[in-house]
Amino acid sequence: GTAADWGGFEDNVQVRGSAVIDMENMDDTSGSSFEDMGEMHQRMKEEEEEEEGEAGAADEEEDGEFLGMKGLRGQLGRQVADQMWQVGKRQASRAFSLYANIDILRPYFDVEPVQVRARLLESMIPVKMINFPQKIAGELYGPLMLVFTLVAILLHGMKTSDTIIREGTLMGTAIGTCFGYWLGVSSFIYFLAYLCNAQITMVQMLSLLGYGLFGHCITLFVTYNIHFHSLFYIFWLAVGGLSTLRMVAVLVSRTVGHTQRLILCGTLAVLHMLFLLYLHFAYHKVVEGILDTLEGPNMSPFQRVARDIPVVPNAVLNTTVKAVALTL
Amino acid sequence: IPLQFAGLADVSISEDIPVEGEITVPVGAQSPEEDFSTLDEPVKDTIMRDLKAVGKKFVHVMYPKKSSALLRDWDLWGPLVLCVSLALMLQGGSADSKDDGGPQFAEVFVIIWFGAVVITLNSKLLGGTISFFQSLCVLGYCVMPLTVAMLVCRLVLLVGAGTVSFIIRLIVVVAMFGWSTLASTAFLADSQPPNRKALVVYPIFLFYFVISWMILTFTPQ
Repeated sequence: GTAADWGGFEDNVQVRGSAVIDMENMDDTSGSSFEDMGEMHQRMKEEEEEEEGEAGAADEEEDGEFLGMKGLRGQLGRQVADQMWQVGKRQASRAFSLYANIDILRPYFDVEPVQVRARLLESMIPVKMINFPQKIAGELYGPLMLVFTLVAILLHGMKTSDTIIREGTLMGTAIGTCFGYWLGVSSFIYFLAYLCNAQITMVQMLSLLGYGLFGHCITLFVTYNIHFHSLFYIFWLAVGGLSTLRMVAVLVSRTVGHTQRLILCGTLAVLHMLFLLYLHFAYHKVVEGILDTLEGPNMSPFQRVARDIPVVPNAVLNTTVKAVALTL
Repeated sequence: IPLQFAGLADVSISEDIPVEGEITVPVGAQSPEEDFSTLDEPVKDTIMRDLKAVGKKFVHVMYPKKSSALLRDWDLWGPLVLCVSLALMLQGGSADSKDDGGPQFAEVFVIIWFGAVVITLNSKLLGGTISFFQSLCVLGYCVMPLTVAMLVCRLVLLVGAGTVSFIIRLIVVVAMFGWSTLASTAFLADSQPPNRKALVVYPIFLFYFVISWMILTFTPQ
């Protein structure tokens, strides 16, 4: 009778998502892991409820006869509420296991250390053959690690230059800058590639740009420690240029048509090189003495972005501040 | 109505209240629940048991030999205590302590926990067999050498802030950084397929490097 009808609400499909934030690890036999207790409790409760459901259905008819309509409605109401709760809970857990399932990303991390090393070196070597599409590995481990390394190097640079960040924190700025560049520029170039009919997928674009940051990492690591501006420009052109050339060559090999190639590669080259320039000048210590001896009086406008307070005696500083305060 | 049921005519059973409790009387030995129920013990016992577990894990970190005890009974008390103490000690260490006192605490906290989560996800994606919280537990406990280094640095800075103190601090921080990385590698690398250990170790190296860098560049006001 009614038990069979209500049974239609239940989904018989058992979705066993593997490796959600994996709560049921077979090696984890700890008594203190509440996640296991939660799982066991859940299973026990579900078994109980199934039994209850069947028992309740059997009792329902008896109770109905004994207590009249009131009893029947009470039982029905409880069953309906239970069923709705079950359905809702199952749907929520299915949605959760679908979206929080990190297994989606697993194939992009399937890589060996030798492969990563090879790809890092390759990212500095522009390819010669641009007549047929060059292969791009759709791997995310290398790019992700490079972005984090860039964040670490940026932090180092910001600390040594005593950059004062008013809004937010050093870490937030570094992470935001690097991840923003990687994800944002990848998406933008992917969009342009879509417009220009280039053969490249989003993951490949992320991978390509990520490996292109290897040149940035090297340049910044060297020039944050050795503060010669001419050295930076040499590195910028040589190292930055090489990695940009490689990315451009790969993209050119996958695009047809001169205008499209020009648009796509021009944009990427400009953005990539400008980013390196920005990272150097925005977060870099300006050492006035060295600058004067090397560069002479011509300073590029970027240099005023970094904080460069010349060392003056406290007395001078105090009188200056007092003078400024009086005039306000 | 038969005579024996006459008194029941005006009894109304509320069908919403289920029957509770054990109907059968347990015969002989005590029911199994009593062995696992810790609700009835005095609070001191509970606290001492947890403290002992945390202390045992600290000892494991200090002498990192391969053992599964740290992994099996994970808990996050130790990492929380370490993280909070490290964040407190790193406060107030830059030019404008009025602005930067707040964000620095949150900065350290977020770096440690966000970094640990990223490393865990990474090791799982590379095919690791360790669970999420076990990995967080290990990474958190292995911050202990760096907390000790922070303490030493603060003490050294109380004495003086010259080149000698910098060299001492550098040596101490580098040693503790190596210890942290080795300790966490000893626990975590075994859960990986053998040819991918380097891929898992690098993020751990980066993570402790960033923390060590924050400790080394700390200058009190």
